[in-house]
Amino acid sequence: MKTDKKYLFDNPKNIKRVLHGLYICCALLVILDFVINRKVYHSWENLWAFYPIYGFVGCVVLVFVARWMRILLMRDEHYYDPPELTEVSGSAEGEKHVRD
Amino acid sequence: MFGTEMAPFVIFFVAALFAAITHGWLRAAIMLAAPILGAINLWMTPEGSYWAISFLDFELSVLRVDRLAILFGYLFHLAAFIAIVYSLHLRDRMQQTASMLYAGSALGAVFAGDLLTLFVFWELLAITSVFLIWARRTNQSYHAGMRYLLFQVISGLLLLGGVIAFANMSGSLLFENIGLTGVHGWLIFIAFGIKCGFPFLHNWLTDGYPEATPTGTVFLSAFTTKVAVYALARGYPGTELLVYIGAAMTCFPIFFAVIENDLRRVLAYSLINQLGFMVVGIGIGTALAINGAVAHAFNDVIFKGLLFMSMGAVLHVTGKMNGSELGGLYKTMPKTTILCIIGAASISAFPLFSGFVSKSMIMSAALNNDHTWVWLMLLFASAGVFHHAGIKIPYFAFFAHDSGIRAKEPPLNMILAMTIAATLCITIGIFPEYLYQLLPYEMDYNPYDATHVLAQTQLLFFSALAFVWLNLYKMYPPELLSVNLDVDWIYRRLIPRTLQRLGNAKQALVLAVSHLSAQHLPKLTNYISRHYAPQGSLAKTSSTGTAVMWIVLMLVAYLLIK
Repeated sequence: MKTDKKYLFDNPKNIKRVLHGLYICCALLVILDFVINRKVYHSWENLWAFYPIYGFVGCVVLVFVARWMRILLMRDEHYYDPPELTEVSGSAEGEKHVRD
Repeated sequence: MFGTEMAPFVIFFVAALFAAITHGWLRAAIMLAAPILGAINLWMTPEGSYWAISFLDFELSVLRVDRLAILFGYLFHLAAFIAIVYSLHLRDRMQQTASMLYAGSALGAVFAGDLLTLFVFWELLAITSVFLIWARRTNQSYHAGMRYLLFQVISGLLLLGGVIAFANMSGSLLFENIGLTGVHGWLIFIAFGIKCGFPFLHNWLTDGYPEATPTGTVFLSAFTTKVAVYALARGYPGTELLVYIGAAMTCFPIFFAVIENDLRRVLAYSLINQLGFMVVGIGIGTALAINGAVAHAFNDVIFKGLLFMSMGAVLHVTGKMNGSELGGLYKTMPKTTILCIIGAASISAFPLFSGFVSKSMIMSAALNNDHTWVWLMLLFASAGVFHHAGIKIPYFAFFAHDSGIRAKEPPLNMILAMTIAATLCITIGIFPEYLYQLLPYEMDYNPYDATHVLAQTQLLFFSALAFVWLNLYKMYPPELLSVNLDVDWIYRRLIPRTLQRLGNAKQALVLAVSHLSAQHLPKLTNYISRHYAPQGSLAKTSSTGTAVMWIVLMLVAYLLIK
């Protein structure tokens, strides 16, 4: 069977490698902040690690707000279209699709 | 062409006609030739106004060629070419004809020198594009197409009303700076706003685009909204309101995108987010900001097209589009995976990819003009777009849990179209000066200074870190089969349900009244007949004497009282 074939990320070690690469890059980028003398357009950019913290916190807030939004906004997948009206075909095209 | 200037839309309309009556490789050749011939024609057309027509008392100019229009003209030829290559495997006369007409209408709109011509192509855009949604030929896509068409027609009517008011006021139909003055200014503004996906008017986009065919969405994502961006850049540059509308557009869709399961709908939300950046740029209105907005429109068509193409390819080969049902596709679709990642890196504005060279112009313009809060919102949106379009799309489609699907790579033409788009993303990212040369204003801007590159890279890598952290600790919202309520709830649920309730209440009232009358009418009839029927006491005839007696008695009583 082909399904037994091992792919790149079937090996947990490879996932670890990617993650470690990311951690190292992040650390390097923070260190670079001290090395590179950047032009500052706004006083907030002088804050310690402004961009990394803003990016990280921004995304965490984004996800938490989105999770909270789910409580409010998430409905069953057939909310608008009851199942008896929706086709069950897995095809991307409807049954009436004509090929010429 | 041939000595006289040829309007670009004509080439596409003629090609559409031929596409409708031919089939097979001949149709493919005609469709491919149209954007190539069109681009050559555009290259040979000098700037100026052509095709002047007198209509009633107005001078119309069907073909106005200037720097702004030329840029969008090249962009649309390019987008049409890529999308046509992507759809070469199709054997669907209706869809292929509609897509050519649609691309032609977009070109007609950006080269329209007057508002009436703009209106005509504005409506043609609506009518031709809806067939790309209906071409899916499912019940769902039929209804989504109807809702889409409704919004587009409302936009057209508002535009028409605005144009009439404008002509009445100024006595001219020339399409130049309009500004938010008077009724006409607002009507045209809202008409443009609907097509541009302003907040609360955006839902036709996230509702309609994901229901179109895999190839149809690629066409749809390129034209309608970019025509609106062009129209805003022409009619409302420097309108401050646009800065705030645009900032809102960059932020609100990313929350929806994080919880959305249909990956093409995620991309539709992120399309609004990218439009927000352009709208902010137009609102700021400086040369750098307008250049940034237009350049971002150019890049967005290509990288968003690439992302829609990669998701379309997934839909084409697997028949599935929900994040919850996909995953692990990198194993058998490595080419599509890599091409999708290039699109994702471009939309996230990684340095050396196309999004970076245009988005940074808008961010710089926001800072230069003291829009600090707007700048912070754009920064948040930049992190957010990486989160949902840069990571979520490739991650849930190609990696994440293994769905067990072992789909083959899509047809060669699809891969080829995606490769062209990916090459452009990287080329523009590395050599932005080629794009900058085409921009409407002269400027001296270099996105690749240490400041920009470092700031953007830090922002993106730490956004990625946040994704990893949330995912590892199972705090990332899982992909679930679901529907998320958006503004469409108002017209898909609230209004129909309210009308239904009102109808039910009316029916109940009618029933109650008829029930009541059924119960009480016989009693009333009995009562009346008892007293007024021939045998009733009040219907009895009495003698003259009795009557005289009563009168005498009354007179006596009167005298006594007196």
